[in-house]
Amino acid sequence: MIEADPEVCIAAGMCALTAPAVFDQNDDDGTVVVLDGTPQGADADAAREAVELCPSGALSWRDS
Amino acid sequence: MTDLLPTTRTDAFDPPAELLSDPRPLRRMTFADGHRGWLVTSHELARAVLADARFSSRQELRRVVVPRPSVDELQAGKPASPGFFIVMDPPEHTRYRRLLTGQFTVRRINRLLPRIRQIVTEHLDAMRRSGPPADLVPAFALPVPSLVICELLGVPYADRERFQRDTAELLRLDATDEQAGTAMNSLTGYLSGLIEAKRARPSDDLLGGLVAGGELTGAEITGIAFLLLVAGHETTANMLGLGTFALLRHPAQFDALREGRVSVDAAVEELLRYLTVVQFGTTRTAVEDVELGGETITAGESVAVSLPAANRDPARFAGADTLDLAHDASGHLAFGHGVHQCLGQQLARIELRVGFAALAERFPSLRLAVPPEDVPLRGDMAIYGVHRLPVTW
Repeated sequence: MIEADPEVCIAAGMCALTAPAVFDQNDDDGTVVVLDGTPQGADADAAREAVELCPSGALSWRDS
Repeated sequence: MTDLLPTTRTDAFDPPAELLSDPRPLRRMTFADGHRGWLVTSHELARAVLADARFSSRQELRRVVVPRPSVDELQAGKPASPGFFIVMDPPEHTRYRRLLTGQFTVRRINRLLPRIRQIVTEHLDAMRRSGPPADLVPAFALPVPSLVICELLGVPYADRERFQRDTAELLRLDATDEQAGTAMNSLTGYLSGLIEAKRARPSDDLLGGLVAGGELTGAEITGIAFLLLVAGHETTANMLGLGTFALLRHPAQFDALREGRVSVDAAVEELLRYLTVVQFGTTRTAVEDVELGGETITAGESVAVSLPAANRDPARFAGADTLDLAHDASGHLAFGHGVHQCLGQQLARIELRVGFAALAERFPSLRLAVPPEDVPLRGDMAIYGVHRLPVTW
């Protein structure tokens, strides 16, 4: 499952761009909002890519 | 010195051959100010350095990479000017960036799409009316991002002659310290006056919002305005100009884009990777000893991170030296990495997608109006690109 730390996030928007079904951005400061913490199928693949691309290290993927 | 940063290009689109030919991902490099530091050329180590808080961005610790001033090297070694968050570390950096990030989200930028389409269409229509031939840089590549960032920030576009001149002067590597200093003071003076005017007369734009927010001083907002204005038009303008040149030199790729055989989104990522206009990359300075790639970077030593080399790393990108719009260029470092990754990247993406798609659609017979070797290249500027791009159709 996805874990996101909005304190670490620098709001680059890579996650919302890469996996829009899984991640969104807070309207005030652009920090990460998780829409779906346990994505499946293609969304899970996109989410893994977003975790890899995240520039600040705010995202992690924990196998549960 | 033989281990300065290689800067001599032998091809319009490839980084300097010396930069790519050395297989070591990390090697010693002498900075232009004489500092003995390091050069990183692999994708893996570039990401590692840029994501590591032990490598600082603070201006006080900054070394000069190339032997000429550029916008952020003018003041290397001195304390950061107010609001210049790109040369600060967290938490100062975070405080400034957080005040801006809400304006640059994917959703917020997507809302600008109709206006960006309109600006692109108007400029392409005007170019068609006045040609052929035309110089694509002043007709299209420069004015589109310049107008977009002006409207977003709330900078009157009518003043463009002044700020475009100052910006160009700041990014020229052959400018003297005095010329660059004059341009910096001129642009700072202009923006400072603009922000005072917004204090008297509130405006519904990014700078007006910062003034109304009351959290920042006039000097801080001026610094932020300076960064966003310079970064907001020079980088995207050069991607549009150089990207068009690259597409004209790879006509099969341009056809694939026009005919919809590759998506414009993927095409833009591949052009960003392949061209990487921030040609001298970025630097960080170790604030403690760091083990990196089998070496010890000693506290106080600076590391130059070559973004163009990292984006051509064959270990990360198959066929790295080939422009192929169908490549999966995801993970490229054209916008950097770490907490300083480009604030305006979603805006840049939208401008480039709209710009290249419209150009391909509306000018199907676009071609160079001069031999390719006569296109003047910006090897002499901090941001790479073309000075002019004479085209016909």
